Amino acid sequence: MKCSEFLHDLTNYLDGVLDDRTKAELEDHLAWCHNCYVVCDTTKKTIEIYRDSQLYELPEDLRTRLRSAIVSKCQAKKKVGPQEV
Amino acid sequence: MTAIQQRVSEPVSDELALVQAAKGGDVGAFEELVKRYDRNVFRIAQHITQNREDAEDVVQDAFLKAYSNLGQFQGQSKFYTWLVRIAVNEALMKLRRRRPERMVSLDEEVKTEEDSLPREVADWSPNPEQQYTQAELRDILTRTIQGLPPSFRTVFVLRDVEGLSTEETADALDLSIPAVKSRLLRARLQLRERLSRYFQKRVSGDGKQ
Repeated sequence: MKCSEFLHDLTNYLDGVLDDRTKAELEDHLAWCHNCYVVCDTTKKTIEIYRDSQLYELPEDLRTRLRSAIVSKCQAKKKVGPQEV
Repeated sequence: MTAIQQRVSEPVSDELALVQAAKGGDVGAFEELVKRYDRNVFRIAQHITQNREDAEDVVQDAFLKAYSNLGQFQGQSKFYTWLVRIAVNEALMKLRRRRPERMVSLDEEVKTEEDSLPREVADWSPNPEQQYTQAELRDILTRTIQGLPPSFRTVFVLRDVEGLSTEETADALDLSIPAVKSRLLRARLQLRERLSRYFQKRVSGDGKQ
């Protein structure tokens, strides 16, 4: 397996959706190609860091304000009639 | 090396009942759906628009649009996927309004495959995020993902941050599955490449790592 072939299948490998044979070929490549091992490992870390980062959490006070605005507008729409809802 | 774990979605067993009740005019049932997904919609909207006020507007507009169009929700996809589709469209509209000089499209093909080939292959520190304070890390992650084209960061956020499946992401963005996979690979590799500048192992003056 060439490095470019490994990269092509990297996303499927990280997502765990490869068939057993292709997975074994990839892992065989990983065992001897240090560069691909590093790319694979650091790509996995990239995903995990973003997943755990809690970027853009919705603050509770803003959350309450947005929700009450949404609910009151929904109630206003409801009063207008079903064709508007 | 094991596959990454998907974020577990909340149970959706009662969701159809809530949607049905909301369709029948039960605003309380709809409020439950808002509570369930408002954080996700806000996060997606802010990732796409990169603007806090726009993200607030998107949360309101997306839920109101969903409420107004509940009659069109057929239940073939999950309510959340349907809602995400509305939210992404609202967010892209905001982005286009702010940047009329740039075409913003999910279909854009920004670079060729070769541009995603790794150039930086230095290994990272064992716990790279611990080299920085929470605020510094947040800043690094925000600036790094903001540098991606909108089509890449939207796919990355839906798949890897929000944990939608490839099929759900394709459905929400009206893209083919190969298009989602191609954008996801390139987004992941570009983020990895950019983060390597901050997270790679540092060699001290005496040559020790």
